Amino acid sequence: MSVVPAEVLPGSALAVEEAAPSGAAELAPRARLWPSLCAIYRAQLSRARVARIPLLFVATFQSIGIMILMRGVVDGGGEAESVVAGSSVLVVAFVALNLLAQYFGQLRASGGLDHYATLPVPPAAVVLGAAGAYASFTVPGTVVTAVFGCVLFGLPLTHLWVLVAVIPLAGAALAGLGAALGLLAPRPELATLLGQLGMSAALLLGVLPADRMPEAVRFTRDLLPSTYGVEAFARTFGPHPDWAFVLGDLAVCAAVGVISLAVATWAYRRAAVR
Amino acid sequence: MCAVRGLTKTYPAVRGRRGTPATPAVRATDDVRLDIRGGEIFGLLGPNGAGKTTLVRQLTGLMRPDAGRVEILGHDIVRHPERAARILAYLGQESTALDELTVSLAAETTGRLRGLEVREARAERDDVLDELGLTALAGRPLKKLSGGQRRLACLAAALVGERPLLVLDEPTTGMDPVARRAVWAAVDRRRAERGTTVLLVTHNVIEAETVLDRVAVLDQGRVIACDTPTGLKEQVAGEVRVDLVWREKAPLHVPEVAALRERAVESGRRWTLRLAPEEARTVVATVTGGSAFAALDDFTLATPSLEDVYLALGGAARQGLVKA
Repeated sequence: MSVVPAEVLPGSALAVEEAAPSGAAELAPRARLWPSLCAIYRAQLSRARVARIPLLFVATFQSIGIMILMRGVVDGGGEAESVVAGSSVLVVAFVALNLLAQYFGQLRASGGLDHYATLPVPPAAVVLGAAGAYASFTVPGTVVTAVFGCVLFGLPLTHLWVLVAVIPLAGAALAGLGAALGLLAPRPELATLLGQLGMSAALLLGVLPADRMPEAVRFTRDLLPSTYGVEAFARTFGPHPDWAFVLGDLAVCAAVGVISLAVATWAYRRAAVR
Repeated sequence: MCAVRGLTKTYPAVRGRRGTPATPAVRATDDVRLDIRGGEIFGLLGPNGAGKTTLVRQLTGLMRPDAGRVEILGHDIVRHPERAARILAYLGQESTALDELTVSLAAETTGRLRGLEVREARAERDDVLDELGLTALAGRPLKKLSGGQRRLACLAAALVGERPLLVLDEPTTGMDPVARRAVWAAVDRRRAERGTTVLLVTHNVIEAETVLDRVAVLDQGRVIACDTPTGLKEQVAGEVRVDLVWREKAPLHVPEVAALRERAVESGRRWTLRLAPEEARTVVATVTGGSAFAALDDFTLATPSLEDVYLALGGAARQGLVKA
């Protein structure tokens, strides 16, 4: 037993009596949004050192493989543009949507959310920090895929700088969706399944040229946020891109990002206290 | 410091599906009433599934009770569960949120999320890692550490950023004696210097006897006793435990031994008896002399432990508590 004596209250004077609302102890301060968001972002980013292969490489290999396969089917022109754009955005879908859904699904199922829920941190900081880190994991893969695709299909590298906008906006939309799916799924297997389905949809509807698809599938394609990222990127390969359309597509991504991240924050709040 | 009244939580019944049998509704905490005093190390002791973790999750605002009140330092935690994070630090049983971080970053990030500035968080992190002997492991990810080291790293994260109440759910699981000692030294230091209160969940009887000021024994969601470890042991002070270990089998041809058989709890070659001191003396005299002695491999005579208290109180898990 410890040598330090406990502060013993007299007789049966229980803590209830001393607990008048006015006598409540002062609470420690809350963690503010930006500092805690930065702390979580930095911590999540550091996970790439431990889990380098799944977070950084798998998606890139997958997209490069798909482009090599499609090389035999597509012979340049508009179709090649959408294959390269689709494969590049697929990297974002794989990491930000699929892997983030799995991460949050597992965290929720294993009780890992308790760690954050017992810290005075704003829910938005947890969701945005993780989503931001997963969107960042896609940067090297997307750039490598885009450059490789341009070289493979003989497309110009002139406007690749547009990735500076495409990655964060498509990343926000897809990471928000991934986080929401992961946090809402009642079981981790379901989170994994939903993440996989989302990524498969991005693969089939984003990479395969839209002109060859039936009407119903094209309608589904319009519902998928990754499509707008693909379109925005694909438009920039032409000699005179129509920047208004590019901006319009990116604005859709941004709007979906805001909504899905808000839903994910609500889902986190709901998952943290049961 | 912390008052719990009529806390009740029932897990709903689950309908059976293919491959998973149906489970009935389980009352995980049943009208629990507790008072934890400022500056004490208060323990929750009970077998697996007694409701310890459920109770702690309700105290930390992680789970809403069906009924009852929890008040910590004057704050109603049932109505304002988010306030718990600003009063207490919690060490849960899971480390998945920290597993892929290095020890150093896990502690620093947790400190920052407790509202510390970067500089403060780093200074506290260095102090805590040093205090727990983790400095050499600071750059290693938690995932790559042994179970005990990982537990210690999670404790380090829990200690960065001061809180008046520490809620530790089986903090020393898997730790070697050196690490255990570091944990209790760190806890004691906070108590001496800052008057920190500690709520400790354990199923380790030996640890409970040595570190706790007071202990509540939980069984099937109910508090069946609450006192100091010594006070609890006095309840069964009239009894002595005699363990007899036979070489091959009990010498039942000795009439005194045969008579003891129905009072003994047998497990393999071991007989465990709970007897009045007088009786115990007679039994020891019998088995250490004559032909019974030839069959005897070993015997021990012990004063009651908290495990005996638990059994005497009628704990449902008749096999007793896990003794690590």
